[in-house]
Amino acid sequence: MATYSFIKRISRLSFLRCQTSVKHYSNIANVVTEPQYPGIKNNFTNHLKFINIDNYESIPIYRILDTTGQSHFLEENKLDDKTMIKIYRDMVTLTIMDKIMYESQRQGRISFYMTNTGEEAVQVGSASALTLQDLIYGQYREAGVLLWRGFQIPKFMNQCYGNVEDEGKGKQMPVHYGSKDLNFVTISSPLTTQLPQAVGAAYAYKREKKKSCVICYFGDGAASEGDAHAAFNFAATLACPVIFFCRNNGYAISTSTNEQYKGDGIAAKGPSYGIDTIRVDGNDVLAVHYVTKAARDLCISEGKPVLIEAMTYRVGHHSTSDDSTAYRTNEEISLWNNTSPIQRFKQYIQSLGLWNQEKEDDMQKMIKKEILDAFSKAEKKPKPHWKEMFADTYCNMPEHIRDQMNSMEEHLATYQEHYPLEKI
Amino acid sequence: MFQAINQALDITLKKDPSAVIFGEDVAFGGVFRCTVGLQKRYGSDRVFNTPLSEQGIAGFGIGLANVGATAIAEIQFADYIFPAFDQIVNEAAKCRYRSGGMFDCGKLTIRSPCGAVGHGALYHSQSPEAYFAHTPGLKIVVPRGPVQAKGLLLSCIEEPDPCIILEPKVLYRTAVDIVPVGHYKIDIGKGEIVKEGKDVTLVGWGTQVHVLLETADLVEEKLGASCEVIDLLSILPWDVQLVCKSVKKTGRVIVAHEAPRTNGFGAEIAARIQEECFLNLESPIMRVTGWDTPFPHVFEEFYLPDKWRCLDAVKKSLDY
Repeated sequence: MATYSFIKRISRLSFLRCQTSVKHYSNIANVVTEPQYPGIKNNFTNHLKFINIDNYESIPIYRILDTTGQSHFLEENKLDDKTMIKIYRDMVTLTIMDKIMYESQRQGRISFYMTNTGEEAVQVGSASALTLQDLIYGQYREAGVLLWRGFQIPKFMNQCYGNVEDEGKGKQMPVHYGSKDLNFVTISSPLTTQLPQAVGAAYAYKREKKKSCVICYFGDGAASEGDAHAAFNFAATLACPVIFFCRNNGYAISTSTNEQYKGDGIAAKGPSYGIDTIRVDGNDVLAVHYVTKAARDLCISEGKPVLIEAMTYRVGHHSTSDDSTAYRTNEEISLWNNTSPIQRFKQYIQSLGLWNQEKEDDMQKMIKKEILDAFSKAEKKPKPHWKEMFADTYCNMPEHIRDQMNSMEEHLATYQEHYPLEKI
Repeated sequence: MFQAINQALDITLKKDPSAVIFGEDVAFGGVFRCTVGLQKRYGSDRVFNTPLSEQGIAGFGIGLANVGATAIAEIQFADYIFPAFDQIVNEAAKCRYRSGGMFDCGKLTIRSPCGAVGHGALYHSQSPEAYFAHTPGLKIVVPRGPVQAKGLLLSCIEEPDPCIILEPKVLYRTAVDIVPVGHYKIDIGKGEIVKEGKDVTLVGWGTQVHVLLETADLVEEKLGASCEVIDLLSILPWDVQLVCKSVKKTGRVIVAHEAPRTNGFGAEIAARIQEECFLNLESPIMRVTGWDTPFPHVFEEFYLPDKWRCLDAVKKSLDY
């Protein structure tokens, strides 16, 4: 039978491959004492010794600003004033928007929300080191990246309300942002799925010889998923210009990192995949900026992946569906509240004479007004037409979906009073 | 059939500089020879091996397609597509919908050998089309031979939606045909009447179409009745009109597939026929399928919906 001959052929093939390898190594094996195994380059040893985490030094945490806002780097590397003010302004905007949106969820005005508190520097610091030509894949706690890129406040609101102006057409839960114009791939809930996708996109970028990279954000919990393993390995073996950016904030919902891994965090995984790796103080916006910038240069010039692990702390609850005091103490949280990345950077720009209390007050007032305006406008906008529910399942609507849409239309003709048609 | 597939891939690589082919062991030609010679012709950046990870392969393909590259991924056996289930169902299928059309991965095609092969047992024999048929956003096709394989594969590659083409592996070397050399496509969503008849409609896809054609001969010889045999070709979306038109004419229908019965795609077809053709049906819609067990090794001949089981179903339908 045909299949039988196929199997025979395969076994013959692997047999031939075996033979070739034997031939290749047989002459050398007699004269050289070094190992010839194809999978690894190393020496033999006579010591029977297991390798464990204590054999290595933990990867240090790179930082520039200490907790009092003192900088430890050369003056000539200083960012220009305008950039620094924008970094500060975006970090503050993010916290104010978070407060307002979090409260609005508590009042039942939107269905769900996730804050970014404590991780503002991770987001804005990295985004400020990239260009708009770099493609972003995120997890869900990266609103600051969008903010830096120029995603307007009303767009955040429109998405959270799922109103008629939401570019996502109201199909996803709040905070699942996306923007084609800003090269920010739409967020999806399944964790880590974006990692191998980012690698694929980076491969395409490399083939197109684009002078840009792909950056992919994820949390320490997400790094436990199988997709993370796949992505690290594919990125290294296929030499893809992608930055893996891990936000290690100590928790995945209620699960602390002690229950998430036993090794030296996420960073230590990098070298085992053959990936250039660095760990950075995620509450130091300058350190995050410079590390990301260096990673981007490395990615593009050498066409290979980089892993950044940014150490930070999730100050807010996981989401509006979570009360984090059920699994951690208020004291622990307040410790991090006192050393916020925003505070640290503020001290720094004040020490440069770029910032003062008056500017702070004015800015706070303006941002609040802008957000509240956008908020009330977004709330008043109608929802998209219900027929939108059927669109974009496919590029063109197939007949069976069109039939289902028509049957819903007929149904509504009789039962309309039982549906919230007035919101459209 | 493997040569027809190779031709389709060759045509694609030639005309679309963004197209890449990747998967486990595709570089040396693939374990079923479908990618033979392509790396040599188009370079190792366009036809390449990946690490052994199906979720990685699917995710990687989605990413390529997200930025507009034509991504042709191979999963070595359909039995091993399940690690990629999340990427395919939650990501590929929903990419366009959830982004309001801003992003998509329409340029992704996943090829995978499927179906019985004589001795494949549990993990080299499966037909997983029904799992994927429950997923809005995907398109799924199954060819019955070289002509269909090439035309459907070219359609999948050029379709603006993510597609899965399940290639019955037993046909790779057994199915031989005269295949047009140039570029041509077979519409996704359209079935084909491969044999006209008037007494009973037989619906199948992939290898099963050949079983149904043999069944039709048996029926003619032993029962003196004529069967209309339909190759569905596309599982999602499927050709409801073609099937229902035939059933309205014959009044009797047998749906046959290798996959297990419960929740197999035959159930969807039967339910739909019942809705559309209620007044025309002369006997219950019958399903001849694999049993509701894993696919066994030494019992394969007793497991498959072979022509004798199909013949028996036709007989019962005619006698009803």
